Amino acid sequence: MTTIRLSIRRCDPMAGIAPHFQEYDVPVEEGMVVLEAVRYAAEKIDTTIAVRWNCEAARCGSCAAEINNVPALMCKTRIDDLAGRITVAPMRAYPIVKDLVADVSANYETERRMPAFKPFSNLKEPWKMWQPDVERSKEFRRCIECFLCQDVCHVIREHETGYFGPRHVVKAASLDTHPLDSLDRSKHMNEEGGIGYCNITKCCQEVCPEKIRITDNAIIPEKEGAADGAYDPLMRFIRSAKKDIEG
Amino acid sequence: MHRVECDILVIGAGGAGLRAAIAACDAGARVVVVSKSLLGKAHTVMAEGGIAASLGNVDGKDDWQAHFADTIIEGAYLSDWRMAEILAKEAAERVYELERYGALFDRTQDGRIMQRAFGGHTYRRLCHVGDKTGLELLRTLEDQVLHRDIEVMDETYVTKIFARNGRIQGAIGLQMKTGRFVAFEAKAIIIATGGCGRVYKVTSNSWESTADGIGLAYNIGAELMDMEMVQFHPTGMVYPPGAKGLLVTEGVRGEGGILLNSKGERFMERYAPERKELAARDIVARAIYKEIEEGRGTAHGGVYLDISHLGEAFIKHKLPSMYSQFRQFADVDITKEAMEVAPTVHYQMGGIRTDPETAATNIDGLFAAGEAAGGLHGGNRLGGNSLADILVFGKRAGEAASKHALASKLPEVSEAEALQETRRVSSYLGKSAKGPNPNALIEELRESMENGVGIIRDRSGLSKTLKEISELKSRQAQVRVPGTLVFNHGLLSALALENMLVACEAITRSALERRESRGAHWRSDFPRKSRRWHVNMVCFKGAHSMKLRTVRVRPMPQRLKRLIKHEVYR
Ligand SMILES: Cc1cc2nc3c(=O)[nH]c(=O)nc-3n(C[C@H](O)[C@H](O)[C@H](O)COP(=O)(O)OP(=O)(O)OC[C@H]3O[C@@H](n4cnc5c(N)ncnc54)[C@H](O)[C@@H]3O)c2cc1C
Ligand code: SF4
Ligand code: SF4
Ligand code: FES
Repeated sequence: MTTIRLSIRRCDPMAGIAPHFQEYDVPVEEGMVVLEAVRYAAEKIDTTIAVRWNCEAARCGSCAAEINNVPALMCKTRIDDLAGRITVAPMRAYPIVKDLVADVSANYETERRMPAFKPFSNLKEPWKMWQPDVERSKEFRRCIECFLCQDVCHVIREHETGYFGPRHVVKAASLDTHPLDSLDRSKHMNEEGGIGYCNITKCCQEVCPEKIRITDNAIIPEKEGAADGAYDPLMRFIRSAKKDIEG
Repeated sequence: MHRVECDILVIGAGGAGLRAAIAACDAGARVVVVSKSLLGKAHTVMAEGGIAASLGNVDGKDDWQAHFADTIIEGAYLSDWRMAEILAKEAAERVYELERYGALFDRTQDGRIMQRAFGGHTYRRLCHVGDKTGLELLRTLEDQVLHRDIEVMDETYVTKIFARNGRIQGAIGLQMKTGRFVAFEAKAIIIATGGCGRVYKVTSNSWESTADGIGLAYNIGAELMDMEMVQFHPTGMVYPPGAKGLLVTEGVRGEGGILLNSKGERFMERYAPERKELAARDIVARAIYKEIEEGRGTAHGGVYLDISHLGEAFIKHKLPSMYSQFRQFADVDITKEAMEVAPTVHYQMGGIRTDPETAATNIDGLFAAGEAAGGLHGGNRLGGNSLADILVFGKRAGEAASKHALASKLPEVSEAEALQETRRVSSYLGKSAKGPNPNALIEELRESMENGVGIIRDRSGLSKTLKEISELKSRQAQVRVPGTLVFNHGLLSALALENMLVACEAITRSALERRESRGAHWRSDFPRKSRRWHVNMVCFKGAHSMKLRTVRVRPMPQRLKRLIKHEVYR
């Protein structure tokens, strides 16, 4: 069996251990992913390695890290796709709890501030919606809250702007594109969310494991206040007409 | 020690826990939710196929009566009739409510909630969001929780519930991020900790499914039931090794996927000529197991599941996660090639014994809901019934717990008791780390369960596993792990192992006791089902060891009996 050398960034602020890389030799099997290698080290070699995971199936978004400096899910990154040495470090946009575990709790506070889903009043039950409308919102609802997009965003990494970040724009878009939602969150995103700081570099869109077209489909429309209703005025007209009917 | 007072402590932030928290908060209770993973990451996010509810949007003939009958019959007549009735009657309203909370379901042509076929359901009944139903459900509930006055303490591992004189007082949790212990004083506690899939080697379950709620409840005298009923989902991935056990949703068969053995035979025609691939899970799982055992399996030890005949566009639209899962992990393009699949441990039908109306346990102030609770699914859970379960009984648990809480005084957890528990947990930490590695013991346990308490069981295998469990119990006491209380996975494994051992013992003892084959429980030495075993198996903590008793399945009233086919014994 072949082995690989895995380099894990260790750090334990509460115990006064400064960041440093430590190496582990891990046997590899065919089709193995980085998370399995890290778990091997954490379960068999040194049980003090802190790492977060849950589903092992790229569904829950727990295992976000930087693999060879690229933000990615550990459970979705195959070892045979990486050449040579493998280094794993925590996301750098967040404070470190310990080793690979980053403190992402600020995101939940941002979510609390996001205006919640508010359906039009007086809708007739059961609600009717059309698949093509639903489909558009579904793109944003694929988000697994891995926060990789937040990690890669230079506005968040390098500046203290208060910009909510791409994940939260995706959240706003997922609500704004709900066919029966009555709010428009672009104002919130512009005034409180600091979306203006985003300069459309599209880095977030490139790392998204769910392949959500964050910049194109969420950020740009939210910046322009066009995510609600529809992108073209005609659709918006039809929609408002529909509202009248469903009244 | 840090203390948190509340009316209701909800342990678990999966669908059941969050729905309970919402209900309790709406009823005016002060609620704290704790979970050992991050908020929004609970096992529930993995659910794929859908929520069963008899909306009748696709098949107009569907109604609660049909849903009730399917649940009882496919549950091998072991389900509590009242729970099944409540589920069948209330699931539809919970689905519409979820929609009002903001969930977006796939639609029919005329704009209503779309429903798909699933094994064991007479009609097309599963409301779904592609194959990401659990994610939509959990995200929607998460939003609701975040916009209510509910305190969430995630990454907090509950290690003990305190009870005195058959009444709960509170609990203790370890905050993983800080290494700090928190003592909760609560008037009511709801256990919504999910299942125990991780006690098996091959499972679809996530890291957190280690039966913690089972252990916590058992230790204070709560009763467990039907623990031998472990669902093996027929289709898990078999390849590559790291993906082994990962679920292949029943939606694949629901949408028209067919099962083939290595000879190219559609073998389900032999095992279940009528329903074929869509027979109940226990039947399909055993059929696949048999095909593989008898040498008609694939090179990787599975059978083929083929959906390629439905074409690329359809597959990518209806089963996007399956498409990317196979692409990503196995280099297989399911729009062109067949998948390789074999059974994987998926769901615990049994669990903490609760009252059907209120989800109350036999311990005053303790409630349980979701996969952690038993009774509803009997010997075999229907696909889609779990998501319905967590909404229906999550809500009921939240409401009943608040009623209880608002009428009770805040109990007290004494400093001495709390300290004793923190010392117990901390005693796993040792610099020398001479004791066994908990992960090694967990691996042995999972192996032993896989071998002795698998899909087909017999007395000798079960007895062997039971012996191994008791050996592991004594070695567990010597476990030592290095490091501190902060995010220490070694320590978390040691704590999980305690609960896993309780669940494994309960599963194995119950399986030994049930000398028949029924539902998911198959004994090669007792291959028939027997009237004598039309009972529920109840486990509880005796003075020195685990005790077992059988109770007759509650007879259902005539009005419901009319709805179902009578059970036949041969
Ligand atoms: C791959 C997959 C697909 C599925 N698809 C479907 C489907 O299509 N339809 C369907 O009906 N069912 C499906 N199921 C089953 C269903 O998803 C689960 O049964 C259900 O989600 C369980 O929900 P729950 O709320 O009871 O528990 P979980 O979602 O498991 O949540 C448990 C919670 O308890 C917390 N917890 C556990 N222990 C502790 C502790 N000691 N301290 C603090 N917190 C703790 C966890 O952190 C977590 O928050 C599927 C399951 C899997 C694995
Ligand atoms: S597009 Fe905007 S949000 Fe995305 S990474 Fe660039 S600056 Fe950040
Ligand atoms: S938008 Fe994509 S990258 Fe960002 S949190 Fe969601 S899934 Fe992750
Ligand atoms: S462990 Fe869930 S996304 Fe990787």
